Amino acid sequence: MAESKQNDLNYPSGITIERDPHHDPDDLWDDSRVIVNIGPTHPAMHGALRMAAKLNGETIEKSYCEFGFTHRAKEKLGENRTYHQFVVYTDRLNYCSALTNNVIYAMAVERLMGVDVPDRAIWLRMICCELSRIIDHLICVGINAVDLGAFSYFLYGFHQREEAYTLIEKLSGARLTTSYTRIGGLMYDAPEGFEKELKAWVTKTRAVIDEMDKLLTTNKIWRNRTVGVGVFNKEDCLKYSFTGPNARAAGVDIDLRRDQPMMFYKDVEFDVPVAQNGDVYDRYLVRVAEIRQSLNILAQCADKMKRGPIWSSDKRVRIPDKDVIHNTMEGMIYHFKFFMTGFDVPEGEAYTSFEATNGEMGFYIVSKGSPRAHRMRIRGPSVWHYQGLTPMVQGEKLADMVAALGSINIIAGELDR
Amino acid sequence: MDIRKPIPTNCGDWVTRFGETWKTQVAQLRQKFGDQIQEVRMPPEGLTDVPIIYVKKDSLVPVLAFMKSESGFEYGFLSDITATDEEIEPRFEVVYNLFSQSRHWRIRLKIRVGENEDVPTAVSVWPGANWAEREVWDMFGIKFKGHPDLRRILMDVRWQGHPLRKDYPLRGYQLFPEPEEIDTQLLE
Repeated sequence: MAESKQNDLNYPSGITIERDPHHDPDDLWDDSRVIVNIGPTHPAMHGALRMAAKLNGETIEKSYCEFGFTHRAKEKLGENRTYHQFVVYTDRLNYCSALTNNVIYAMAVERLMGVDVPDRAIWLRMICCELSRIIDHLICVGINAVDLGAFSYFLYGFHQREEAYTLIEKLSGARLTTSYTRIGGLMYDAPEGFEKELKAWVTKTRAVIDEMDKLLTTNKIWRNRTVGVGVFNKEDCLKYSFTGPNARAAGVDIDLRRDQPMMFYKDVEFDVPVAQNGDVYDRYLVRVAEIRQSLNILAQCADKMKRGPIWSSDKRVRIPDKDVIHNTMEGMIYHFKFFMTGFDVPEGEAYTSFEATNGEMGFYIVSKGSPRAHRMRIRGPSVWHYQGLTPMVQGEKLADMVAALGSINIIAGELDR
Repeated sequence: MDIRKPIPTNCGDWVTRFGETWKTQVAQLRQKFGDQIQEVRMPPEGLTDVPIIYVKKDSLVPVLAFMKSESGFEYGFLSDITATDEEIEPRFEVVYNLFSQSRHWRIRLKIRVGENEDVPTAVSVWPGANWAEREVWDMFGIKFKGHPDLRRILMDVRWQGHPLRKDYPLRGYQLFPEPEEIDTQLLE
């Protein structure tokens, strides 16, 4: 709190005011705390999030956060839908990077079943993960900039996002809610010439990111608004289980792509950007550096991918081709049983986690041998990050809360499930 | 073919990389905590991907603190706290997924809890467990003893029942025409 100064008010001479040295001169009267509801429908909140704050002037003294406004009972639905039917629900978890959730879910079920997926499918899944990482980071830093007033930065990034959506549409048929992976493979193969278009997009995006960088990274206004704001240092990150770019901005050097490698991440070269201070500016820098690294990974994947099957040869999960279904009796019966009853997943439990865009996203699936899960638990990183918002903004100004909230990238889909 | 078959591109090398470490860790836990460790399921024959250690609920916090700080364990990162409704006695299993950020190994701890029993809170070990335990209370009705702020988190404050229990219907809608008010008590 600021110290009270002796003659800070223009009182006529002869009048002295007894001042309490611990009294903030910005307070007009003692019960001047205002309780503000930054409600679920608010343009600066990302999705339906609610925060109630007790303000002293503009400083947040105490606050609490609430969520659950878009709770769609995914975990309960996971117990009532077959494993194949649940793929559609997974894209709506982190809807900014929908392909990643599909990939992690498919890997989770394949682990329980012991299903091996062919190489081309794995390379395509890696391309999906990295592409969705880039577009999610573009949203996060873009929206963070918009909240603080820098609108044209957002537009540069979003033009590249539109081109990325065209690529995703070529792969899966949909821009946002892709449902691209299947358990044991992928929905469709990549079309002819996809690798060339991907590499052209990568080259263009590299140039655009360099241009966008010049707008904000050394910009004095941006640095004034973001350096030292929303600081969450390394010990706090470990206490609150922060992962992903938020933790790496504070100095926690963990990246599950490097430390718990799945798919073919051992065969691609990439660096893991780590910053030190854990403020909004560092999170921005880490995200932009991660976009550059993901572009490198995409170029390497497009080079290393070879032709081949995209479906596993395991008969339990293979959806037969259309000519087999329409022309053979066994194919038709199998197709019917597959989609109506589902395939049995053997008994067991596994917690499969991977580096999604926001951090460690995990599926803890307990199976009792039936076609439906006994427990489908989705560990969404945004829950743990949103929990850290209250200690992060304690004592900060309200406008800094907006900057901090935008930087931790809370996506309401994986927060509420 | 099930979880016992290791898939190389899907963390199939955990049993070969960490198998010996897990065995020594379980032996050390059994030596230190004795009969507080009820049961251990080792991968792969236990039909799981990491060792599952069933602990008696009264010694949960000492076991968690031991696993967090002891060298050779170093499970300093809490991945997740969740619960399962098993429909046998005791009814629930509270599951703690732990990760070691320095050594990159994972493990799972479970407690068996009956219907109206309390579980000691892990907030003293990790403050981030606060909301995860609130979610377990909200979804399953398992109370956490010593939790600073146990109230509903995903559901509306006026909701009746605990949705993820097996006897709660999938379409158990409850409608509230008025919005929730700010709880000024929380802002004191």
